Amino acid sequence: MNIIDRRPNPKGKSVANRQRFLTRAKGEVKDALADALKNRKIADGAGTGGKVSIPTRGITEPTFRNSSRGGRRDHVVPGNREFVVGDQIQRPQGGEGGGGGQAGNEDGGEQDAFEFALSKEEFLDLFFEDLELPDLIKRELKETEAFQLARAGFSIAGTPATLNLVRTMRNSLARRISLNRPNPDEVAALEARIAEARTRGDDDDEMKAKQELDELQRRLKRIAFIDPVDVRYNRFERHPKPNTQAVMFCLMDVSGSMTEAMKDLAKRFFLLLHVFLLKRYKQVDIVFIRHTSNAQEVDEETFFHSRETGGTIVSTALEEMMRVVKERYRPEAWNIYAAQASDGDNYTEDSAHCTEIMDQQILPSCQYFAYIEVGPENGMRTGFAAPATDLWRTYAELTEGHPQFSMRRVADRTQIFPVFHDLFKKKTEHS
Amino acid sequence: MPDDSVILPDPSPNLLFTGPEWDFDKIQRVFDAVQEIAIGELGLDVYPNQIELITSEQMLDAYASVGLPLMYRHWSFGKRFARDEALYRRGMQGLAYEIVINSSPCISYIMEENSMAMQTLVIAHAAFGHNHFFKNNYLFKQWTDAAGILDYLTFARDFVSRCEEQHGVAAVERTLDAAHTLMNHGVHRYARRPTLNLEQERRRGEDRRRYEEETYDDLWSKTVFSDAARIADPEGLERLKVETRRKLGLPEENLLYFIEKRAPGLEGWQRELVRIVRLISQYFYPQKQTRLMNEGCATFCHYEICNRLHEKGLIDEGTLLEILHSHTSVVFQPNYDDQRYSGINPYALGFAMMRDIKRICTEPTDEDREWFPEIAGNNDPYATLRNAWANFRDESFVQQYLSPKVIRDFRLFRVLDDAGAEALVVNAIHDARGYKEIRLALAKHYDLARHDPDIQVKDVDLAGDRCLVLAHTVHDGILLDEPSCRAVLRHVSTLWRYGVRLEEIDATTDKVLKTHEVPAD
Repeated sequence: MNIIDRRPNPKGKSVANRQRFLTRAKGEVKDALADALKNRKIADGAGTGGKVSIPTRGITEPTFRNSSRGGRRDHVVPGNREFVVGDQIQRPQGGEGGGGGQAGNEDGGEQDAFEFALSKEEFLDLFFEDLELPDLIKRELKETEAFQLARAGFSIAGTPATLNLVRTMRNSLARRISLNRPNPDEVAALEARIAEARTRGDDDDEMKAKQELDELQRRLKRIAFIDPVDVRYNRFERHPKPNTQAVMFCLMDVSGSMTEAMKDLAKRFFLLLHVFLLKRYKQVDIVFIRHTSNAQEVDEETFFHSRETGGTIVSTALEEMMRVVKERYRPEAWNIYAAQASDGDNYTEDSAHCTEIMDQQILPSCQYFAYIEVGPENGMRTGFAAPATDLWRTYAELTEGHPQFSMRRVADRTQIFPVFHDLFKKKTEHS
Repeated sequence: MPDDSVILPDPSPNLLFTGPEWDFDKIQRVFDAVQEIAIGELGLDVYPNQIELITSEQMLDAYASVGLPLMYRHWSFGKRFARDEALYRRGMQGLAYEIVINSSPCISYIMEENSMAMQTLVIAHAAFGHNHFFKNNYLFKQWTDAAGILDYLTFARDFVSRCEEQHGVAAVERTLDAAHTLMNHGVHRYARRPTLNLEQERRRGEDRRRYEEETYDDLWSKTVFSDAARIADPEGLERLKVETRRKLGLPEENLLYFIEKRAPGLEGWQRELVRIVRLISQYFYPQKQTRLMNEGCATFCHYEICNRLHEKGLIDEGTLLEILHSHTSVVFQPNYDDQRYSGINPYALGFAMMRDIKRICTEPTDEDREWFPEIAGNNDPYATLRNAWANFRDESFVQQYLSPKVIRDFRLFRVLDDAGAEALVVNAIHDARGYKEIRLALAKHYDLARHDPDIQVKDVDLAGDRCLVLAHTVHDGILLDEPSCRAVLRHVSTLWRYGVRLEEIDATTDKVLKTHEVPAD
């Protein structure tokens, strides 16, 4: 008997098949995902994977099988307690046949759903698949061109690390053959001959052999095993890689008028944005700014987790953003994006100032600016029935003439995903 | 506690192991002890064994490729994997303790999570029970080549991936999808007429050519005997059709075989793919026909062997209890009105029948003497069982060996469900009048020919639009499930390249009850 320990074997033999299955079921999985997301809470670290249940349309494996209705059937079943021959049993409701299974619908369209779990990676891939940052076009031309190394043939100079052993040895072998370099077997044969001649006492032969051996050894020394002309190195070329620079500003109102529920909504939105950027745009800088009656740039941890309260002056956040832009992100070189979340409260006196900053400074330098207004969770489902807030009215004027500006309302956590999708969906018609 | 006042009884010096932990030494010791009982006392005859240790994740992988150690790539295996994984992760489905492969050497997978007691059970169950059955049952002997299967699978996997490189994943997938739908109809149920050898084939061809040369008649063959002339003549057309059917070997119940050999539009590599699916299906066919017996045999073996291990003082009470605990949950049979009921448990019925055969051999009652005169009281239960394992399949095994006692123990009864009648009727229960009826009815259940729809290639309209005509023989008025039937026909037409028609024909009256048709795509 053999015992073989297969545990160290690579896991995931099924990964390739699983990917094929997902590709095949992609349409269904995405629909199901959208459904599932409506009822889904994103915990911190959004999208830890999840279960989806998909209809089995594209992934059925049909076979010829007997219909579950009609005909005469015989069943033999265990566990008789009370029946005697001739007893009649009423047909079970809802199905014909004792062991029949579910009958298909008339149109045959209804089938069992198929449920399985997606990994976090698969989930995010599908979820963000058709989203993108719009107008990612500006490029820093002068300084930070990145290079990518690509293999480009062989060269005769290089560092030892890039030595191409196969090529080198091939050249060496060719040269050794063509120059007729003696191989070790020949030397060994001669030495054996000498030893043999010596034991025989055949001086003539010994001398001859010795001469031949000397000759061979001279050639061995002259013709190197590996000559510098043999050596080849892998050659790499530097290909310039387009390096788009982008920065995302996340502006959040954390003032006293925002209830915990609203803050929660806003945070969920930014969390999603954050995951999206990390997943899809490795190079994007993210700047977090929160504001009450004054604004400050904070780190990620503070932005998502610390509490703050106070009055509301929106323009402070906009000013802070412009300060950061001037300091670090020149609009000529950077693609600038911003997302702002607020409950829409603002000092009425501040509104004009906001409009001015937005119109004059921010919007001209931004590729895209998304404004999310969070409403009370138990309030109107759609914002339109509620009276428009100060900030909403202020910003509404800006939508005209600024195609890069979008605004949406979110009143319920179930709306976050649709709104997010809506804001960042791929615009295919864009030139 | 330094001063341990509890005095543990001295563990028996013969014990193979104590405690739940396993290691390779223990497995080897247990294997040897089990082998001694299996070969020496039960008289089993097995392929050489190979035991492979795997993790639960690898077990899931193995599940997905229908239990085979290597398999070509296809999305349906990914689907199976996704489903099993989801069920497993939610705890709705446990993993099998083992998977055993009908190959030589016989490979048994055992999981690292199992305790030593479980490993003992699994070795007795798989490495000896199943192994013996694979090696000795006539169906396996006739239809599967245990020594060659792993090599064939390697070939299949490499061939499929080469095809994918050459013709694209999508094209290969399309062919495999279509072939998979016909898997259940890709088996030869009966041994075929031996094919002529090549020499005879050549001589036959020469004879035919000589005959044609000798009887050559231009005028005749171009007018009266030409295909065109015969199609015009109704009688000739009929003769031509009969001749075509004979040439094509119709009717043919192995649909995949027919498509592989005769489909007009398939390329060479596609035929080979169909063939791969067909051969793998054929490999599994004996397993489908002997589920009850195979599991019964393995369960019976592990039960006997483990009890003997304990009797010989090789395992302690705790181990035996753990083994019996999982044994009883395996052979649990819920009643028909139980929520957990999902048909008759093959482990339960198979084990019960085999235990009963042993009882009949050693302690027969008068009833047994009447029902099984040839084996009752012969006092050689293992030889009797070995004979049953070798020469029966589920259907014939039930018909031959289902005893009144087992029917009483399971309290089996038979219900007739006629769609035309208002209520179901109980027409046999576990009493003297019912035994034979129940036995016959249950045996029919295990007859795959009655379980899978009976579908054959009936005709090919070679003179017309090359439509492939299939016939479903309808027994007891049970038609095909319409949506799935249409879906399958579409797949068939992908392979056949022309239209496909399926007629449902009543077995007793020969009337066509329903016709499904799919045009060429």
